[in-house]
Amino acid sequence: MKPVAFDYERPQDIAGALALAGRADVAVKFLAGGQSLGPMLNLRLAQPDLLVDLTGIAELKQVGETTDALEIGACITHADIEDGRVPDVTNGALAAVAHGIAYRAVRNRGTIGGSLAHADPAADWVTFLAAIGAGVVIRGSGGRRVVPVEEFMTGVFETVLAPNDLVTAIRIPRFSADARWGYYKACRKTGEFAYASAAVLHDPTRSVNRAVIGAVEARPIVLADAGELFGRRTGADIAASFVPQVAMRAMDTAGFKNPIEQKVHAVALRRAVEQACAR
Amino acid sequence: MSSSGVGASVLRKEDDRFLRGRGQYVADFRISGMREVAFIRSPVAHAVIHTIHVPERLRQSVFSAAHMTGVKPIRAATALPGFKHSAEPILATRKVRYVGEMVAMCLARSRAEAEDIAAAVEVDYQELPAVVDMLAARAPGAPLVHDEWGDNVFIEFAQDAPIEEVAKTAAIKVTREFRTARHCMFPMEGRGVVAHWDERLQYLTVISSTQMLHVVQRGVAECLDMPDGAIRVISPDVGGGFGYKGLLCREEVALAWLTRQTGLPVRWLEDCREHLTANANCREHHYRITGYADGNGRLLAVDCEASVDAGAYSVYPTSSALEAAQVTSLLPGPYDFSIYRCRSAAVASNKCPILPYRGVARTGVCLAIESIMDAIAWETGLEPVEIRLRNLVQAKQMPFLNVMKKPFDGGDYPECLRRAAAAIDVAAVRARQRRGEPDGRLIGAGVSIFCEQGAMGTSVMSSWGRPVVPGYEQATVRLTSDGDLEIRVGTHSHGQGHETTFAQIAHEVLGVEFGKIKVLQGDTLYCPFSTGTWGSRGVVMGGGAVATASQQIAQRAKRIGAWLLQADPAQVTLRDGRVVGAQGSVTLREIARVWYLTPQHLPPDVDNGGLEVTAGYRPDNDAGTFSYASHAAVVAVDPGTGLIEILDYAVCEDGGRLVNPMVVDGQIRGGTAQGIGTCLYEAMPFDAQGQPLASTLIDYMLPGAAEVPNIRVLHMETPSPHTAFGVKGIGEGGAVGPPAAIVSAVNDALRSIGAEVHDLPLTPERILTALAKVGTP
Repeated sequence: MKPVAFDYERPQDIAGALALAGRADVAVKFLAGGQSLGPMLNLRLAQPDLLVDLTGIAELKQVGETTDALEIGACITHADIEDGRVPDVTNGALAAVAHGIAYRAVRNRGTIGGSLAHADPAADWVTFLAAIGAGVVIRGSGGRRVVPVEEFMTGVFETVLAPNDLVTAIRIPRFSADARWGYYKACRKTGEFAYASAAVLHDPTRSVNRAVIGAVEARPIVLADAGELFGRRTGADIAASFVPQVAMRAMDTAGFKNPIEQKVHAVALRRAVEQACAR
Repeated sequence: MSSSGVGASVLRKEDDRFLRGRGQYVADFRISGMREVAFIRSPVAHAVIHTIHVPERLRQSVFSAAHMTGVKPIRAATALPGFKHSAEPILATRKVRYVGEMVAMCLARSRAEAEDIAAAVEVDYQELPAVVDMLAARAPGAPLVHDEWGDNVFIEFAQDAPIEEVAKTAAIKVTREFRTARHCMFPMEGRGVVAHWDERLQYLTVISSTQMLHVVQRGVAECLDMPDGAIRVISPDVGGGFGYKGLLCREEVALAWLTRQTGLPVRWLEDCREHLTANANCREHHYRITGYADGNGRLLAVDCEASVDAGAYSVYPTSSALEAAQVTSLLPGPYDFSIYRCRSAAVASNKCPILPYRGVARTGVCLAIESIMDAIAWETGLEPVEIRLRNLVQAKQMPFLNVMKKPFDGGDYPECLRRAAAAIDVAAVRARQRRGEPDGRLIGAGVSIFCEQGAMGTSVMSSWGRPVVPGYEQATVRLTSDGDLEIRVGTHSHGQGHETTFAQIAHEVLGVEFGKIKVLQGDTLYCPFSTGTWGSRGVVMGGGAVATASQQIAQRAKRIGAWLLQADPAQVTLRDGRVVGAQGSVTLREIARVWYLTPQHLPPDVDNGGLEVTAGYRPDNDAGTFSYASHAAVVAVDPGTGLIEILDYAVCEDGGRLVNPMVVDGQIRGGTAQGIGTCLYEAMPFDAQGQPLASTLIDYMLPGAAEVPNIRVLHMETPSPHTAFGVKGIGEGGAVGPPAAIVSAVNDALRSIGAEVHDLPLTPERILTALAKVGTP
């Protein structure tokens, strides 16, 4: 379990990273926190010629705030978010989700951008950020663009990223004061990847009603209008009118027909909704 | 009791270095000029090897079976009639029989470079159909793991009894069928080997993370046709063994050969993927078991058909017969019944050899018989605890010969169960079940009870005709010239704390200050021969040997002391490290000084062996010690997610006289953590082609700190009538009881809705499937 020989660069800015990634003669991998790529290198599942370490790029660790959103640099770690080193625009949601990622050693190094780019469907950010309508800021040969998280991930370990695209930041929409959110995941043990997860954001002031079923062998299943899920009610009692069949039907439509899998994901979603009500 | 003698919870001597990170493991050894080895392992489960293409530039760095002329395969034979032999080549010859089988070894300055070389070698495999499932392996027309056998059965054990009569008349008949998962052992330290050939002395040193130095020495000598005396085996600190290091590894032989061949010191360190997929499998059983009882829940007869998936080859020295043999011989457990029929087969498959893991076969058979107890409880409507109490061997029946002629040596099994059940307060759980849980989870309580035959000796093991049969265990004890004590033993601690417990035993006998007793182990150069540390024998056999040798030192010291005191040797006593006569006393230190430095003061008839003794020990009755324990668990099952949480866990154990209760508690807790893994988490799945599917700890799930509850340990103490101090082996028991207790608790929780689970591990999917089967939405 030792990686193949590779070259290593640590550029100081995004342009430098993109220039290295643009080389046609070598296979390049970006390295952020290395919590997934590290094992993949050791298992030789990833065999890059060149590893471009992003941790020297100050811009990727910056945070910017506007009236309606927060932009988190891609190399911000889960622990940064957990510990409140990033402004809170989500009524505590991001910090709570970050707190539940794997275990502290992973959170200390793992990054929000790296996690999204890795696109493991059982990971936390792909599910939760899709639920809250976050966007992925990408820089590449085509310039800068913002892709909604739900469209960013195209499949298991697959994204819209071109070989020389770099995730530079995540755009987090600012929640209303009365927004309710919930995130539930079922893991066989502490710190493990989830086998079922779900997230919900009920923000009536902004007319946002979104739910996501995650930890399926595909991109997250997004219910962009989740009103049907709680019988079109709003407010603190949406859990009381939760309709599990809506979740199961969404699974069915996405191709997940196993009734046990449908059930456990519907349970996860119900519990996410219950959480949202309890807040 | 002395504050550091037998019975004292003395802090462990070895922890001083372990807690400071100063332990030394195989991977810490560096020898100048050392090269690293990476193995090329078969990527397919069953195939004929056609050719191995090695690029020209790498020819000097790659070694395959073709190079190893004269090296013998590992043959772990038994004398059991009908046993079919397998010869496991060190590197594959014509065929490979499991994924991970060693095909070639690559030598380089670093492991990464060695892996680069391995990647550049191409092996042509012509794939054959693989035998993956132990039941399918016995079907007519199944592919054969070993062509010459004609079938896929290493050996079958049968215990017969006239069961038909009971079957016709018994009021209760219950049958359960289930599997235990193939799982992996995963000590914190994997295997590792450093081998070094000394050309000047014509002397081979093998540094290996092993539990049994001398067995490795003998095995390497046999495979390489060398004398034992030209091989030194060192086992430094060992980071856990659990049986994984209680055998001769192909890697040990391969590296021993390689260093002789090349003259270079060589090293191989097992990585996680090798451990999981190629080396460390254990525990895979299938049971179909039926119990017959009368209307009062009294067990009348047991009928069982069991299979053990033994993998492709027989392991040295335990053999592939061990596990299946133990199934038949241990399944009756601590229960009193007289009609017992069982057949257990060791089945060959295209999977890596099954290894003897902590509590060999006991975990599975405990689950099997306890499932029957629970089933009878449900049939009768009685409490599972009550059913067990009615069927256990009672204290007044001790000593007791059970249906398999196991000589239970004493104790009170029902009381042990009562204490464990009381510890979790089964009555309170019943009340809680009636109330229901606010979060909708289902609560259940479960118990298990078993006895553990430890330190099985010559009389038990010789009938098997294994390559190495345990005999007298030896220890060397030396009073040094400064009055300290040096002890050398052939058993080896892989976590048991022998440096502490053996010192406590010697202190108890001789009174030498605990801090001045040094226990040395782990080197064939200075340790007496031993079959090693396995089968809950360390403190019984190694400890017994230390006591015996210490007693002989005491006699010799008393003789010299009496002379110095001008007293009659028969009139002096040894107390607190002094020989005491009527007129005064002399310290062991003074006596040692006379023997070593001022021998002119010795008595004329002194024993010329001096103050160093190597003595052998074996209990007169060496059938083994019978410790026993009851485990009790309270669980909560989440019907929405299928997740199980252990809310409470208690163990009541009778390990005879405890040398160090703190160490025993540690053994029990550690074992219980492993048993929780067996029950809830650990599984090595295979696909239909025999590919192991869990190659990292992402896919292979071990319990972590958050999954192991606070395990409360209660003790009873019934001394063994046969051993020094009355000690009993307890090393394995912790890992035996949990699956049966937890499965019992989970089924107790599911009982209200009529669902039941048995296959291990109890994954969320299995729980949810069982719920779906009874129509729970």
